[in-house]
Amino acid sequence: MDMSFSSEQLAFRDEVREWIAGAMPDEMKRKADDGAVFENTESLAWHRILHEKGWVAPDWPVEVGGPGWDSARRFIFQEELLRANTPALSPFGLTMVGPLLIQYGSEEQQQRFLPPILSGEEIWCQGYSEPNAGSDLAALQLRAEKDGDDYVLNGQKTWTTYAQYADWIFLLCRTSSEGKRQEGISFLLADVKNTPGITVKPFLTTGGTYAFSETWFKDARVPQRYRVGPENGGWSMAKALLGHERTAIGGVSESGRWLQTLKRIARETPVGRGTLLDDPAFRRRIARLEMRHRAVSMVNLRTLAAAELGRAPGAESSILKLVGTEIFQEITELCMDALGHDSLGWIDSDPVALPERERFVASQFNYLRATTIYGGSNEVQRNVIAKQILGLPSAPPARKAS
Amino acid sequence: MNFELSEEQQILVDSVQRFVQNDSTVERFRKMRETERAWEPAMWARMGEMGWLSVPFPEAHGGFGGSFMDLALILEQLGRGLVPEPIIPSVVLAGGLISRLGSEEQRDRFLLPMIEGRSSLALAYAERQSRYDLADCLTRAEASGGAYRLSGEKTWVLNGHAADHIVVVARTSGDQLEATGLSLFVLDADTPGLSITRVNGMDGQRTGRLELDGVEVDTDRLLGPADAALAPLEWAIDRAAAAACAEGQGIVQELFERTVSYLKQREQFGVPIGSFQALQHRAADMFAEVELCKSCMILAAIQADAEDPEERAAEISAAKFQLTQGGWFVQSNAIQLHGGIGITDEQDEGLFFKRLRVLQGLFGDADHHSDRFQGLDGFDAEARQL
Ligand SMILES: Cc1cc2nc3c(=O)[nH]c(=O)nc-3n(C[C@H](O)[C@H](O)[C@H](O)COP(=O)(O)OP(=O)(O)OC[C@H]3O[C@@H](n4cnc5c(N)ncnc54)[C@H](O)[C@@H]3O)c2cc1C
Repeated sequence: MDMSFSSEQLAFRDEVREWIAGAMPDEMKRKADDGAVFENTESLAWHRILHEKGWVAPDWPVEVGGPGWDSARRFIFQEELLRANTPALSPFGLTMVGPLLIQYGSEEQQQRFLPPILSGEEIWCQGYSEPNAGSDLAALQLRAEKDGDDYVLNGQKTWTTYAQYADWIFLLCRTSSEGKRQEGISFLLADVKNTPGITVKPFLTTGGTYAFSETWFKDARVPQRYRVGPENGGWSMAKALLGHERTAIGGVSESGRWLQTLKRIARETPVGRGTLLDDPAFRRRIARLEMRHRAVSMVNLRTLAAAELGRAPGAESSILKLVGTEIFQEITELCMDALGHDSLGWIDSDPVALPERERFVASQFNYLRATTIYGGSNEVQRNVIAKQILGLPSAPPARKAS
Repeated sequence: MNFELSEEQQILVDSVQRFVQNDSTVERFRKMRETERAWEPAMWARMGEMGWLSVPFPEAHGGFGGSFMDLALILEQLGRGLVPEPIIPSVVLAGGLISRLGSEEQRDRFLLPMIEGRSSLALAYAERQSRYDLADCLTRAEASGGAYRLSGEKTWVLNGHAADHIVVVARTSGDQLEATGLSLFVLDADTPGLSITRVNGMDGQRTGRLELDGVEVDTDRLLGPADAALAPLEWAIDRAAAAACAEGQGIVQELFERTVSYLKQREQFGVPIGSFQALQHRAADMFAEVELCKSCMILAAIQADAEDPEERAAEISAAKFQLTQGGWFVQSNAIQLHGGIGITDEQDEGLFFKRLRVLQGLFGDADHHSDRFQGLDGFDAEARQL
């Protein structure tokens, strides 16, 4: 076991650091320093900059546009992005459907979809959940019926993150109602913007922003060649994709950013004649969280390293989502505490009355309650750990009183 | 010992409950939060007519002569409808101080119209650096020839955006952190030199940020004796904390009940999600916290009338701590157990969640109250076996 970097890796780190400093536009840098939340357009702009450099998809194989880095370099790269507080990129193409297509997509699908994912020309969203199929995803009912070369889709998806900005959606639909529910599901790719019959209605979230949508399908035609994997084989596609998002969904690097924000807030929040950072009791609260964050970061690293060796994700990866998101939320909660009264303002206030540096905290604190709900709720994660990892028996069926 | 409501109190609770159901549901709050003021003068006038704004004031001051508990019962019910009228800033904070310290003339001028629902009040005490330390005050009032000149900044003034009169805490002597030297002044909102910026709160209510740039007031605007405002200020903030616990209790209860009914109604895997033992345990733990909040709220409301500051402080700190910690367990799980729908603005749970979080952050957070509690004589002497 070894955690140290070689001189070559250190040189790589310096190269990345220097490049980021030169590549970020001034306004983006200012916002990064302020710890502000980036707009969608800024995230896209950063996507393009990374793409030009060839660094937008560190995890992809070289043949399809990856930079060909080993895990140490990928780790260094992520750390440097975190350090500079660069905008987060939309994950749906780069870390979800992209890798799935690389693994299971047809030649035609790879050629059609991978380049615009890399370039940022096409943005994706994920259509799994429905009003009656959340934790119980296999209950999904969006119907897809064959007609000529197409599937005709009728039904609804919901909580589709950023569907209102997306060009494409990858979705699970029902192609058969026979046999086990999981065996009648297919995985399709649909053009959100140009398919007649697909409509998107954004929801206002508790964060005061429009982050997810209802997505409706009314006689919407999707070519059969945009099905990934076999018909009725969508469930295994969904599972394979889950493997790709496993490490991202714990939010470990995002919560690392929030730790930085937390310290900045503590440093800049005046208390009496000094700042909150002078308060040993508050520093202890930050330190405790940071130590927990280190632990979960190491779990993340072990998971990444195992994947590098081509191993199936080990038991440790199952706790990433569960623990990572809970630590993440605790950090946002502490940011609120740190701001004191100023945390209680809302994003629709006059910018003079509530400066930018503070106004996003309450909104994000509210919205990020979602991290323990999406991507398999934390209750569902515990069920999975208990049954699949620990092998605990199922509850007996309820007995009727005799 | 008897913790039952008296007959009069039960009648009061019933009437507030009816008011919320018929006239001030969450729907009204949703409309209000779209407006600049975020509450309605006509509704305020009605509250005045019904006598709710007079409850804690002595009859000699035009009040009803009720107990703080009566007011707490009203606030608890109003919390269940997210009723946005400014009772805490107007009745508990500024009204309380004017009633306690004001001359007859000041009461007639500032308190009576408020009790009747014709005007509203605010108290400006917090500053950017003061956090929850009431003595920490940079705003100064310089005496000059039969008048005072006030300069400084006040933040997070509840109802500061709409109040007719604002009680301002300013330093007449001493420096920033000194316990003595604070004084109170009653200012008209339109006094020259006073500028007020509206700040929107997370809870859809509004506050004001005040800038005082050499605001001149006559000595008849001094409320109570000069240099001695800290003790009454502590009294008023304690009562506001107890009021926050009462309103918060209504919210905690509401979130809990809504969640339990959702657990019975929402189905996944072919069964109500409330049949999963993991969620049953969660609901049971939420129930425990609701009951702890309720108990603490009762204690706090009783002690809010106590004259002995030590006694008052201990129970109120305990209650505020419980609302912050136990209430948090209830509110975070209320969202969690609703799943995706809990993150939408159209679902009411998020609104209750936000208002509760604001109440938790006002009048001292959990850290502040734990620190204060361990500094009280009762705790300290016992711990040291003195
Ligand atoms: C902000 C946000 C963004 C999202 N983005 C997307 C997206 O882009 N695409 C997409 O497809 N979906 C998305 N989702 C949906 C998300 O995946 C679902 O919300 C999630 O799967 C939970 O489903 P549900 O909302 O129907 O809740 P439910 O399944 O109804 O769950 C309600 C509660 O019951 C609990 N529960 C359910 N079953 C069990 C059980 N067996 N044992 C114990 N507890 C249980 C849950 O943990 C939860 O607390 C998003 C959700 C949010 C909040």
